[in-house]
Amino acid sequence: MAAVTEAPPLAPAPEEKPPRKKRGRWTPYWLLLPGILWLIVFFALPMIYQGSTSIQTGSLEDGYKVTWHFATYWDALSEYWPQFLRSVLYAAAATILCLLLGYPLAYLIAFRAGRWRNLIMILVIAPFFTSFLIRTLAWKTILADSGPVVSVLNTLHVLDVTNWLGWTSGDRVLATPLAVVCGLTYNFLPFMILPLYTSLERIDGRLHEAAGDLYAKPFTTFRKVTFPLSMPGVVSGTLLTFIPAAGDYVNAELLGSTDTRMIGNVIQTQFLRILDYPTAAALSFILMAAILAMVTIYIRKSGTEDLV
Amino acid sequence: MNTKDNSGDVRLSGISKTYDNGFTAVQPLDLTVPQGSFFALLGASGCGKTTTLRMIAGLEEPSSGTVHLGDQEVTNLPPYKRPVNTVFQSYALFPHLDIFENVAFGLRRRGIKSVKQQVVDMLDLVQLGEQARKKPHQLSGGQQQRVAVARALINHPKVLLLDEPLGALDLKLRRQMQLELKRIQTEVGITFIHVTHDQEEAMTMADTVAVMNAGRVEQLGSPSDLYENPNTTFVANFLGTSNLIEAEVDSKSGDEIILKAGGGKLVLPEARCSAPTTTGGKVLVGVRPEKITLTPADDAGEIPAGRNRITGKIADSSFIGVSTQYVIDSPVCPEFEVYAQNIDRDARLRPGADVVLHWNPAHTFGLDAAQDIDAGVDIEEEAA
Repeated sequence: MAAVTEAPPLAPAPEEKPPRKKRGRWTPYWLLLPGILWLIVFFALPMIYQGSTSIQTGSLEDGYKVTWHFATYWDALSEYWPQFLRSVLYAAAATILCLLLGYPLAYLIAFRAGRWRNLIMILVIAPFFTSFLIRTLAWKTILADSGPVVSVLNTLHVLDVTNWLGWTSGDRVLATPLAVVCGLTYNFLPFMILPLYTSLERIDGRLHEAAGDLYAKPFTTFRKVTFPLSMPGVVSGTLLTFIPAAGDYVNAELLGSTDTRMIGNVIQTQFLRILDYPTAAALSFILMAAILAMVTIYIRKSGTEDLV
Repeated sequence: MNTKDNSGDVRLSGISKTYDNGFTAVQPLDLTVPQGSFFALLGASGCGKTTTLRMIAGLEEPSSGTVHLGDQEVTNLPPYKRPVNTVFQSYALFPHLDIFENVAFGLRRRGIKSVKQQVVDMLDLVQLGEQARKKPHQLSGGQQQRVAVARALINHPKVLLLDEPLGALDLKLRRQMQLELKRIQTEVGITFIHVTHDQEEAMTMADTVAVMNAGRVEQLGSPSDLYENPNTTFVANFLGTSNLIEAEVDSKSGDEIILKAGGGKLVLPEARCSAPTTTGGKVLVGVRPEKITLTPADDAGEIPAGRNRITGKIADSSFIGVSTQYVIDSPVCPEFEVYAQNIDRDARLRPGADVVLHWNPAHTFGLDAAQDIDAGVDIEEEAA
């Protein structure tokens, strides 16, 4: 601004405009710089480092060298495909459970809660105030063999059904797939509820009235208007649940057994116990690629880019 | 249309709405809207007109009273079971469906399989055939409005409810849509109930207008009847502009009442007085600004006998093309408004000039003096 006020009144000074314009043009990039640096240091560099690790060979004693040994990928996949598959299945099961539990709750908060809305929202977020580990450990107590949950399920013969399905074994819930899926569901539920709530809350209530006015029964209104309009929330909620759940290892570690190991557990063991860095890095890349592929297909299929 | 058919009658008896917080939006109300009519509920915001409409649609549950459509009682039916459709204020088009599917929505919900031809015909009726595959947000406000009308009309409802359907449109488009809606209504012959705060809109479109104020119907009648013969100061002021003068009943002769106001005498036909008159009692005398003729005080002798006259001084004049609006300061009313057609403009009629205002006594109306003389004056500006 100073440059303009100092300019002689008779000369419109076109030569003074470019420098100001130039500075203005660069401003967005300066503002972006911290973010870009952050991405380089904490995302791009580790990726490159991991990538190079995954194609190294060698041993801890002799040191590792990049030998473009892509066979590590194939070896890792052929040895650990069951854990990959299990991760996808558990994450998918947890995502579906989260959706089934979270949707009614998000719907309630968005449309029916009235003045209780904020309180319920706080209750949804409240678990974040304690550590993820402590909350997962608490589930160990909840699902303990002598605990109330197991005895109720036993009395109601629910365990017979889950045993038959292979989700539990014997009189136990702990150390079974069911326990791991329960833990995943619990831990990621808020990530489902929040985006669902946000997109439900944005729906104009008059659309419900309009649907009713046009002969849609309440359930039809939900099926034809509310649910389609909440699709952006469903998609982001399922992604926010599925992606971290597929890579999670804490729930399988604390609530599962050796039979419920997920790919996250394998990667963790390879890195921290076996110290086979190339295999661990290759597994990480495979997981990432698999998730990227699944997410891409999912977003294409759900067609959310078409929604408002 | 078959005039015997009464299946499109809407009958409200003793209907009222009091909300949980104690606010009474609609006082017990009786109203009958005959089949095939274009009926307008006119009032300022908060007068209960939209609540009344929503009770007919089933979107609001009445606190008392009943709603009948034809011979069928629908008071307790949910909206999706009522043969009634609504055009919402903000249109409420489904953003995830294209125009075709929006219009087809009602038909599909009733299990009608072959909707294509009907939808195409309906879109042609509202001149949107080309836009069938667009999403609502790709259309202009006027087009969205027509989609909302088409989406409701395609179901051949017994009654079409319109909740301020033109409120979001600019003035020019609004005029155009008013005529359009009127044309559609004449074409399909369905009962239309139109809620609006725009008195001009109500008068242009409706056969019958009910003026609502504070949860009550103040007056019901044809637009010209309401305008020429208002029964309350609210209606007199809300519909157009009225000049109201406080006067005292002097005597009666035949079917005319002679009144005293500011030293002069005014004549009021008894038939046009909605208030009880006793000699010595007070009455509010009203006259519309366009009925009055202005004559410079020098020419007072040329005024024909038998006209009501008042003297005053021009306080202000504004030229608005088709007419000139004068504000006259007179002993009986400090801001007397007069609209004069610009046929022969008298150069002497300018601010400061002494004038005589005179009009045919038949254009005078009388109102009960025991009410607020300014009721309904400012409301219209707020709402508009």
